[in-house]
Amino acid sequence: MSSQKKRDQLILHTALTAGRIMIENGSEIERVEDTMTRIAHNAGAQTSQLFVMITGILMAINGEVGAQIEPVKRRTFDLEKIAVVNDLSRQYAAHKIDLRQFADQLDHLDSASRYFPFWLQLVAAAMVSGPLEVVFRHNLPDFWITCLVGMLGWWVYYVLNKFIQIRFLSEFTAAAAIGVMAVVFVHLGLGNSVDDIIIGSVMPLVPGVPITNSVRDILAGNLVSGPARGVEALVSAAAIGFGIAMVLQFL
Amino acid sequence: MSVLEFIIEVAGTYVATIAFGVLINIPRRALNVGGWIGVLGYVLYRFTVLWGGGYVIGNLLGAVAIGVASLQAAKLKKMPMILFNIPAIVPLVPGGQAYQMIKNFALGNNSTALVFLLQVVMISGAIAFGFLLSELVNRIQRRFWRHRKRL
Repeated sequence: MSSQKKRDQLILHTALTAGRIMIENGSEIERVEDTMTRIAHNAGAQTSQLFVMITGILMAINGEVGAQIEPVKRRTFDLEKIAVVNDLSRQYAAHKIDLRQFADQLDHLDSASRYFPFWLQLVAAAMVSGPLEVVFRHNLPDFWITCLVGMLGWWVYYVLNKFIQIRFLSEFTAAAAIGVMAVVFVHLGLGNSVDDIIIGSVMPLVPGVPITNSVRDILAGNLVSGPARGVEALVSAAAIGFGIAMVLQFL
Repeated sequence: MSVLEFIIEVAGTYVATIAFGVLINIPRRALNVGGWIGVLGYVLYRFTVLWGGGYVIGNLLGAVAIGVASLQAAKLKKMPMILFNIPAIVPLVPGGQAYQMIKNFALGNNSTALVFLLQVVMISGAIAFGFLLSELVNRIQRRFWRHRKRL
């Protein structure tokens, strides 16, 4: 293989990996297209053709015959990775790293996940639930119990997500668990209002990333990926709603 | 609304926005700014409702403020814009109305449920349209700063 061809392969590999990491972790499509075009341009490719969708990426450079495909299989929310890819792309544009280092760092980033520690996530879930319950419902006495229920709900969601890896099912189960816990705790006299506790506790499960990205994608003209994300958000919301509704039916 | 209530609401919004940021793994140096943008959007919404603007207009203004402020933060910190606006819209999410809708559907009070469904749709639409308007502002601004670096 000539060195020019090798270089083209490396450019394609880098751009495709960067794009896949960004979509997998919840970036909007326009940013992915922008980043990939910039990588190809900064690496010296004269032209680049791109087709980015939420389930896969197609890219060709320099008008060659062989375009390459990168499927996107997983879908999680890890916005830090998007920020890191963005940073790397900037560093590459400023010639602080070369293409080989860029590709290595992307591969490394792909395998490593730097989430906040689990206990901090639990605390964060509590700190989403309790304060929002107070903000929405002005019910100060139920603050602590909402924190507790929200935290346990996130724990259920997290553990199930590890084992069954279907987000909608984990959301459904977590919502049902939150409903049961709220009813039981109010029954035991630990809280006053089932409604307020549930409203606060499901807030950590709200699909904020798909909602925002769906709107932004549709506005940018990605009429396939935008509505697809909208459906994702809608199914999540419906799963949470059914979980709660099921518990309320059996009251 | 007394001053104490207002302070509690602002503190609650700030804490909740940052905590939601932790759940979706936002980089640490973006968390604080994201929290303040969330507070900005919520305060704008709250005062619009208090002064009789209605909750639809309130959510619209809140979403516009969040969109525009997120872009400024993205420029300043050289980070993607979604790091700031995703946690910031969480306090605007119509959680209470959505819950009342689900509850009333589950209990068979369909007419009450439809009222809440309408509210949820209107609020979500207002937030989406608010983002659209903020995008308009952002694109105009980008046109002026074309030679600058990407966000």
